[in-house]
Amino acid sequence: MSSSINTVWKGHNLRRVLEHGTLAFLVGVLCLAAPAPAQDTDLRAPSSAVAGNAASIATTGSGTGTFYLVGPSIAVKREVTLGQDVQLSEKELQSAGTYLAIVCSGNCRSVGFFVAPAKPVNLTFLVHPSRAPVGQTNMVSGVALLFDEFRNLVLVPATVDFQLTAAGTAPATHRVATQNGVAWFHTNSGRSAGALQITASVNDVATRRVVQQVASDPCSLRIKGQRNAKGFIVETEPVRDCTGNPMPDGTIVTFTAKDSQGTGTVDAPIKKGIARAQMMGSGPVAISAASGVVMGNELRLGAQ
Amino acid sequence: MLIDVQRRNWDRAFSSVERTNDSVNEQAFIQDWTGSNGALRSFSSLEGYDARPLHATDAEAQMRVRLHWSTPVGPMEDVRDFRLMHRGDKWKVVWDEVPVPNVPSQVIPVNYLRWDLVTGSAGEQWGSGGVDAPHVRIVSMNAVDSAEGAVVMGEVVNEDTVPAFVNVQSTLIDASGSAIDDESSFDKILHVLLPKQVSPYRIDFPHVNLNKVKNVHMDVKATLVPASSDPVIGVMNQKLDTDAQGRSVLHGELLNQSGQTVNIPHVIASFYDNNGKVVWVSDGYLQRALLPQESEPFAVEIPKSLAGKVQNFHVVVNQYSLERS
Repeated sequence: MSSSINTVWKGHNLRRVLEHGTLAFLVGVLCLAAPAPAQDTDLRAPSSAVAGNAASIATTGSGTGTFYLVGPSIAVKREVTLGQDVQLSEKELQSAGTYLAIVCSGNCRSVGFFVAPAKPVNLTFLVHPSRAPVGQTNMVSGVALLFDEFRNLVLVPATVDFQLTAAGTAPATHRVATQNGVAWFHTNSGRSAGALQITASVNDVATRRVVQQVASDPCSLRIKGQRNAKGFIVETEPVRDCTGNPMPDGTIVTFTAKDSQGTGTVDAPIKKGIARAQMMGSGPVAISAASGVVMGNELRLGAQ
Repeated sequence: MLIDVQRRNWDRAFSSVERTNDSVNEQAFIQDWTGSNGALRSFSSLEGYDARPLHATDAEAQMRVRLHWSTPVGPMEDVRDFRLMHRGDKWKVVWDEVPVPNVPSQVIPVNYLRWDLVTGSAGEQWGSGGVDAPHVRIVSMNAVDSAEGAVVMGEVVNEDTVPAFVNVQSTLIDASGSAIDDESSFDKILHVLLPKQVSPYRIDFPHVNLNKVKNVHMDVKATLVPASSDPVIGVMNQKLDTDAQGRSVLHGELLNQSGQTVNIPHVIASFYDNNGKVVWVSDGYLQRALLPQESEPFAVEIPKSLAGKVQNFHVVVNQYSLERS
């Protein structure tokens, strides 16, 4: 995972300067301005640098020089003795990515090298949605991203186990290899309302998320009613979706009653599985119910 | 009398009243004009009025008065017919307005449902928190021209299992693809939609003609909000009719089935043609508060040109309660 590029920096060699970007160009300009003895030096990059691990850059020549290190989130300048290794600390190499090391002594030489991410210790797991109606195709999806302890995305392919567990069903597992540090899956929502626990794990690193599976649209909304002193009371049978899950309390059922006096409507919330409404009128009445876009049966009550 | 009412010179105004029964007293008379229980009338003032005689003899007369109110929700017009009796050298107004009902002391058990919203702490891990916004869908949309401009209307449903704060926005696009105007449903929608609840919405584009419009872009925004399923308000005896002024109206009664005062009830009605298409959406605020277990009449207007098309209607009630503000 590591590589190195050696470059000689001369005052007139602008083409190579531009290849290494503006920051390196500025470093080159600084280097030309530095009054130092003209000593030829060479650099050898670390062969396999890993984020958070110390490394060294070998130098040749003699005398002193100015060392610059430019990385993804660091820029360092210090005096070094040529012919000795330049030690790079763990802290200086915490970010994975391409680094450029430059030593200037008369003229400047540089070498590029790559710092690979360390082993994964963090697993960021995004799951969508937080609530999923039951019985829907490809409703639940998840994305896992592997990071090392310094929050570098781990690009080395790894296998992520996604385990889905819901009450009353056997756990299901999806094994997915990461691509560029990312693994993902999608799956159908289950048939029962309740918590769906999803765990993503790599080796001994695991992260858990919960998707709340909720009832879908009501199915076969049925009502019954009876007269009372105030008029009549109408209520639903227990309201369930088409897979038998009770509709959550608070779901609105609209009762509509039509009689010779006009139309009466009540938006009643489901409580303990049943929606109930008190309505007025003593004459013959036709009552219907709807919840969202789902209609129920029609009920007719005779005169009191 | 109306000049004195405007000036809040109550003693003088009440001296012009012919009492029909003992329940009519100065206090009830003042309350009728100034409102009570945090009703919309409590926040309104009488800006002006137009009066015209309907019938007059030497002994009695009938006057139709248009009262122009300034209210927090915009100017409102109230039409009242007053009967006047000639008493001595003075005309007196026969006051037969129904006074605000006296609600008896009672205990009303309410086991209502409430949704609370807990926001996650700031330090939580990426991906570990966050609850999705409620899933809300526009189920119908219709654009028509009216006397005031273009109107986009329809219905929206909360398909989720949690309450949603909903707002519908619309952008009118011309033939070149440029936006002519964009507006939101503002107060012509039931903003807090409980699970599976349906609300009409109406978006007005004043001074815009639909001839210039090539496309209409709709956008519905929903956010999670804490909510309560109480109070339940029944809409009773709804009927399409023609009022005394010849206007087509849907009138009915709101019945507060809970134990909480609804200070400012707001009625929104959608009207359907025989194909079930929404052809109009009307709304209106009630000037009086809706007291527990009591009812209040309401009426919303339908344009005359559409009255013949209307086959069905659906009324929802938006409510503003001071205790919850």
